[in-house]
Amino acid sequence: MKNSKFLIIGILFGIILSKSEVVSWYRIYEMFKFQSFHMYGIIGSAVMISMVLMQLFKRGVIKDFQGNQITIKEKKKGFIRTFVGGSIFGLGWALVGACPGPLFVLIGHGFIAIIIVLIAAILGTFIYGVLSKKLPN
Amino acid sequence: MEVITQPWPWYVAGPAIAIILFLLNFFGKNFGVSTNLETFCTIGGAGRFVDYFKTDWKAKTWSLVFVVGIVIGGFISSEYLMASQQIDLNPKTVQELAELGFANAGSEYLPSEIFSVENFLSIKGIGILVAAGLCIGFGTRYASGCTSGHAITGLSSLQLPSLIATIGFFAGGLLMTWLLIPLIF
Repeated sequence: MKNSKFLIIGILFGIILSKSEVVSWYRIYEMFKFQSFHMYGIIGSAVMISMVLMQLFKRGVIKDFQGNQITIKEKKKGFIRTFVGGSIFGLGWALVGACPGPLFVLIGHGFIAIIIVLIAAILGTFIYGVLSKKLPN
Repeated sequence: MEVITQPWPWYVAGPAIAIILFLLNFFGKNFGVSTNLETFCTIGGAGRFVDYFKTDWKAKTWSLVFVVGIVIGGFISSEYLMASQQIDLNPKTVQELAELGFANAGSEYLPSEIFSVENFLSIKGIGILVAAGLCIGFGTRYASGCTSGHAITGLSSLQLPSLIATIGFFAGGLLMTWLLIPLIF
């Protein structure tokens, strides 16, 4: 199956998030309390290295496996949608200590409560879909 | 084996996440997890009610496979790769959490005060989980990205919307941690 490589990349990502404790509620709490460098170090170094990668993609130094230019999709613009949407997400992130990636990791760890969070997140997505045309950008 | 079972420091994890981003881009995809929440809605038939979900989810199959991998990665880690669930927290954090009613902070990955089965069978307990889930689902789609899509992919490709979204993530997170969590617990 041609998608099997993404399974392996997903497994690696799940292991990285587990082993670095990014999936721990406590690490997220500690981050928002500014009492540890751990999470800032992870996000900061990931962004720094990715920035170099992005430049290499943009200049065509690194191409994809078929030799094509690698492009990054442009994010939707709009101050309200990104700031308000981001803040609402931030409330949920800090409350359960997990963003979408870690939610899936924690299901793998066997935390049943996280399945409730995931179902609610799917419901939240549905609510956004219903309201999407009426919300300000 | 010691190196594998010990928790990984930030300077291993951060570059490793950048490698994940590289691999996905190398195989022609962009890094982001929260899009899958939309795909689940589409597969569940949400397109019959709302046009927003009328999309061709088959084009996103790779991302569903990626997410299945993430779950398996979590399972492998918890079964085979962790010596203990102990988290080496700042003692100050442990003390503050004790004052809020979180006993033994850092002795497990997640606090039983939120995630134990007995706890989510209570109205308050399930209310917390559902409220947080709704915020995560609604917020990430309104902002069109989560930590992977905005804070990592978007910031590193110097996109302004991602900077605004990341500031929003922190605005919401700080509000929750500093003001609301002490009121809730």
